[in-house]
Amino acid sequence: MTTSTLVVKDLTRRGLGLGENLGRWDLKYSPYLFVSPFFILFALVGLFPLLYTAWVALHAWDLLGGQGRWTGFDNFAFILQQRQFWVALRNTLSIFLLSAVPQLIFATAIAAALDTNLRNKTFWRMSVLLPFVVMPVAVTLIFGSMFGERYGLVNRTLADVGLGPIRWHTDPLASHIAIATMVNFRWTGYNALILLAGMQAISRDLYEAATIDGAGSLRRFFRITLPQLRPTIIFVIITATIGGLQIFDEPRLYDQNGLGGEDQQWMTMTIYLYKLGWTQLNFGRAASVAWMLFLVIVAIGLVNLAITRRIATGEGRTA
Amino acid sequence: MKRLSSILGGTIAGALLLAGCASGNTNTTDNTPITLTLATFNKFGYSDAMLAQYHTLHPNVTVVQNIAATSQAAQDNMFTKLAAGSGLGDVEAVEVDWMPKLKQYSNLFVDLSTSDTKGRWLDWKSAAATVNGKLIGAGTDIGPEAICYRSDPFVKAGLASDPAGVATLLTGDWNNYYSVGQRFTAAHTGTAWFDSAGATFQGLANQYPNFFEQNDGTVIATTNPDVKATFTSVLNASSTSSAHLQEWSTDWNAGLANGAWATMLCPSWMLGVISGNGPKITDWKIASVFPNGGGNWGGSYLTVPTQGKHTAAAKELALWLTAPQQQIAAFTTTGNYPSQVAAYTDPALTGAMNPYFNNAPIGKIFAERAKAVKVTPYKGVKYAAIMQAVQDGLTRVESKKQTIDASWAQVVSDIKALS
Repeated sequence: MTTSTLVVKDLTRRGLGLGENLGRWDLKYSPYLFVSPFFILFALVGLFPLLYTAWVALHAWDLLGGQGRWTGFDNFAFILQQRQFWVALRNTLSIFLLSAVPQLIFATAIAAALDTNLRNKTFWRMSVLLPFVVMPVAVTLIFGSMFGERYGLVNRTLADVGLGPIRWHTDPLASHIAIATMVNFRWTGYNALILLAGMQAISRDLYEAATIDGAGSLRRFFRITLPQLRPTIIFVIITATIGGLQIFDEPRLYDQNGLGGEDQQWMTMTIYLYKLGWTQLNFGRAASVAWMLFLVIVAIGLVNLAITRRIATGEGRTA
Repeated sequence: MKRLSSILGGTIAGALLLAGCASGNTNTTDNTPITLTLATFNKFGYSDAMLAQYHTLHPNVTVVQNIAATSQAAQDNMFTKLAAGSGLGDVEAVEVDWMPKLKQYSNLFVDLSTSDTKGRWLDWKSAAATVNGKLIGAGTDIGPEAICYRSDPFVKAGLASDPAGVATLLTGDWNNYYSVGQRFTAAHTGTAWFDSAGATFQGLANQYPNFFEQNDGTVIATTNPDVKATFTSVLNASSTSSAHLQEWSTDWNAGLANGAWATMLCPSWMLGVISGNGPKITDWKIASVFPNGGGNWGGSYLTVPTQGKHTAAAKELALWLTAPQQQIAAFTTTGNYPSQVAAYTDPALTGAMNPYFNNAPIGKIFAERAKAVKVTPYKGVKYAAIMQAVQDGLTRVESKKQTIDASWAQVVSDIKALS
């Protein structure tokens, strides 16, 4: 320790200007250096592709042939005139809502159940995570055949109970529900664990005080658990939004062609993008869809932000 | 926001790394042990025993086969990885319908022609994979079409049920096939006449020299009266005669297992699909007949992408697999009919029988069916995409989502959006 300080002092004495400068730079720039890996990485895998995609979107661009002529906003104009684009937007939002909302409700309920005094806590907690470990492809293949219209397990069970078959691969809403089921199957347990972590961080004193005041378990849940859980819920909502709007695996593997159905019943934005870029090899149009999707996510992100702010100020008032 | 964009951007980033990383083609004439991946789809008939045999012949080469479920999945996978510049198998199977798209990028594939390959295939088969003298695909099989049928429902309906009788019954044009279907349906056997409008449409589409496109690539699908007439007539027939199960869907596979329909168009490669899906059905037979003469549906190639690490060894493997001997072996396993001229006189082929199809003499039947093929349909760059749009239109009517006219209008706008 002492020697090193001595050396440093010695150095500063000999090379006065340099040492002083180094010290100043250290103080000024080190923090930036420490955070730079994230930003460099972000620039490489985030910002650059984003801008490059915009560049691609402004050209006629073949997937394998590469850059063609400059077309300005023609690709965007074309996309916006396509019925398929708007159907894709509708499907994406519908599947997102059908998966995010029930997912959040069930995850909260499961987390609340896990938060009580259970025996073999770890066993139960690990069990809810099991579906998340299963490969999405496997989940989709199994659910895909369960939701077969004629020979699927679900419709056969319905027929046994005396109900008519549901057209899982024909009716848009039914197909969205089927796909949302797969998403929920995988993600509910995962979100439940995150919410559980949030719940465990809530001070037990609050519950004790409420119990002494005579509050029942439901009242404790709504008056203490939920308000205290807000930041965690917001986190879960934001991650579910990002994942939900980019949903690809499940609709892609829902039928044998993977293009979203014969009437685009479950063709999401990412499937549309894929179809344009990789089946039709029209990379320019695919890139413009990517940008439209980006704008949609930004818009929904802003809504999230507004809600977050309101909740944050709300917390300030209650605290 | 940065997180959102970074995630979105990241997804696109992978895709944007266009063929930037072309890999070197190391020559592997030495004996360093290597593993070659062979990517196929559906049923090519390359059994484990066959690949083991290659290992015996080339002790340093181990072959691993990856099988995609559908040709569409294989196609998407191929273009994704061609664009990425890596990730493809050393040998990649390609279906004839999307070969035209690949021919635009012949520089991404190894020239497979050698002194041995001259005259190995039917002329039209190798011509469809040749760009300016460069052979980018080694032909595997062709798909001459017969009619496969289940004899039990035929008996129930009071129709002839032996292969010769059914062949006589179905000799004629498509209207004859549909009207026999009407008679069959009227007997209420509980079995549909054919599987789907989409599959039947494939049979018709392959009988026209220029169905969707002219030889110069101009798309005529929306204006060619034959296309709309075929679309309408197939759907009219399907309203009473079809099982309405979209080809290759989970329900379609289950339908095969349950014997849901009595006849289907049977290109040779379909035999393996039928026997694989319906192991418990015992009454499938083959009639050597096809509506309106003959037809060829599908057939494939093996290609060697230049992005592979061992292109020389891969070329050797591709040419070995597509040699007459191996294709005859594939034919006896799954029924894929060889595209190799020398195979046609080989007794192992001409005398081949298929026990699943009640010992049908498949060697003899498909030789006849191959001779009946008179038309080589022109398939251009957009063929696969147009066919997908039309198939979607057929399914929309079969699933009762739309009327024929409304569905056709949507087909027209979908095809126009391809330009």
